[in-house]
Amino acid sequence: MSAMLLKKEKWPDFVGKLTGKKVWAPQGEGEEMRFAPVNEGEAPDLAYGNTRVPPKQAVFPQTETMFRFQVDGKEIEEPQLDQETVLLGVRPCDARSMAIVDKLFGWDENDPYYFKRRELVTLVGLACSEPGINCFCTSVGGGPAATEGLDLLMTDLGEDYLLEAVTEKGELLLKEAGDILEEAGDDRYKEKEKLAQAAAQKIKRSVDHEGIPEGLPGLWEDPLWQRVSASCLGCGTCTFLCPTCHCFDIQDEVEGFAARRCRMWDSCMFNEYSLHTSGHNPRPSRRERTRNRINHKYSYYVDKFDVIACVGCGRCINLCPVNIDIVEILRQVKEAL
Amino acid sequence: MKTNDNPYIPYHATVEDTWFETGGERAIKTFKVVFDDEEVRKNWSHRPGQCAMIGVLGVGESMISISCSPTEGEFLRFSVMKMGKVTQALHQLEAGDKMTVRGPYGNSFPLDEWEGKHVLTIGGGIGQAPMRPVVEYVKANYDQYGGLTMIYGARTSGDLCFKKEFEDMAQDDELSCHLTIDIEEEQWDHNVGFVPQILLDVNPSPENTIAVTCGPPIMIRFVLENLKKLGFEDDQIYTTLENRMKCGIGKCGRCNAGNMYVCKDGPVFSYAELKEISEAFA
Repeated sequence: MSAMLLKKEKWPDFVGKLTGKKVWAPQGEGEEMRFAPVNEGEAPDLAYGNTRVPPKQAVFPQTETMFRFQVDGKEIEEPQLDQETVLLGVRPCDARSMAIVDKLFGWDENDPYYFKRRELVTLVGLACSEPGINCFCTSVGGGPAATEGLDLLMTDLGEDYLLEAVTEKGELLLKEAGDILEEAGDDRYKEKEKLAQAAAQKIKRSVDHEGIPEGLPGLWEDPLWQRVSASCLGCGTCTFLCPTCHCFDIQDEVEGFAARRCRMWDSCMFNEYSLHTSGHNPRPSRRERTRNRINHKYSYYVDKFDVIACVGCGRCINLCPVNIDIVEILRQVKEAL
Repeated sequence: MKTNDNPYIPYHATVEDTWFETGGERAIKTFKVVFDDEEVRKNWSHRPGQCAMIGVLGVGESMISISCSPTEGEFLRFSVMKMGKVTQALHQLEAGDKMTVRGPYGNSFPLDEWEGKHVLTIGGGIGQAPMRPVVEYVKANYDQYGGLTMIYGARTSGDLCFKKEFEDMAQDDELSCHLTIDIEEEQWDHNVGFVPQILLDVNPSPENTIAVTCGPPIMIRFVLENLKKLGFEDDQIYTTLENRMKCGIGKCGRCNAGNMYVCKDGPVFSYAELKEISEAFA
């Protein structure tokens, strides 16, 4: 399908056409933006940088019910997942992260909760024109207008949005929008290409990962791990807010006889994450946990799934309370190779 | 064998029989369990070395090695040390009570590849739990193997699991069964000494032999050292790893040792493989 044009004044009409689907978009103020359901009849403002919490929460909620049961019974009741959802204004790095995490949740055996939600979600992306100061997507396989993981890509062309369908789901949205869209001429498409290039030029940070996936395990005892983890508080922000981090814990919650088994985000930066019941911990300090985090993203994941588990969104750098910087860590890794 | 396509939904099972292997604060209790659903019972199949997530609804689940061989019948056995929240809840269960089971998980000992070879198991304490199905499997298919030698030890005779069946084995002239305890006791007529030392005393030939070991890390360290002294090659030695687990199917992340998920790529590894895993002995 060729690219379509949506006049910004018709944006509320476009959102209005998404009937029957739950619409999520970035909401909040300043740095506190996060994806949340949009009230019916409202059209979200897409002028924002990126959300603090990545949109992974829509397919992998921070806490989700796996099943409900009575502690004295045998019946196990699984949740009904049937709500179609559209996410508006997803940044290309975050959409790409879902394509990456799909591999983990799909290897060997499908994770039913994740894929059920994934099938029901349509990702409408918004190309970046003003990348953040710690963005480095272009060096890890992405870009300000990359489409991997997206169903539809929107680009802000001033008075209009350019809409390009990436998947069948995206084409369906364009079809449903119908006559509020106009055919976009070649010139508008070229305008978008130019903007994307300009945005890529504005990205100042990068990771030179050549040789890192193979070389990282060889740096196991290197002093750099002590150095880069010395100031770490173990707060877990870097992993909770990482769009490719997928680790979870499973817990039972009981209230009287009614109970549920649920899973919730967990972090490899926490002591309890790998602590054995015996008291032994194979990763006893933040040095080992930091080493695992970097190895997991830049070596183990590449080994297993042939892709780096980092999309360069910069959240872990922006939000670390003690300014630990993954780009700087990888620079030191590269230097030590 | 799935009767439910959601791998996180456990099966219900009933404790048919249960007994204590050892006493004390960290007692080990064995559960013989049978699936409630006949279809599940018929379709279940596991191999020695595999584990299962067992639990109590409302408390949680723990990954426990299946301590019986599929050759023993349509039931499962778990030997559980009382350690944390879930194992304490399991220890409350008596015959007739319910537990949940899902699995089986992980790879297994490559017993098919070992056909024609002599199998040597070296276990310590609760580490005998994953060894037991190997012993039972080889015993049940004895004509396909070159022989069986078992070395098993614990601190005291009271800390030995599966005592009765091993004492019977020790009487069997065909099998080479060596029980040991760390400290001399009255009325103990087997070996006295640490497992790695008994291994040297038994002096097994590495020729056409596979050595399998599981036990406390310190024991494994010296067993590996002594196996090397006896001339065993890295690919003749197998052991199992354990790590904290939640999902059992390679999703929740935590059980990795280097680039391997212990729940999926393990728990069984050859020493040759372990040497390549950066975190294997962490």
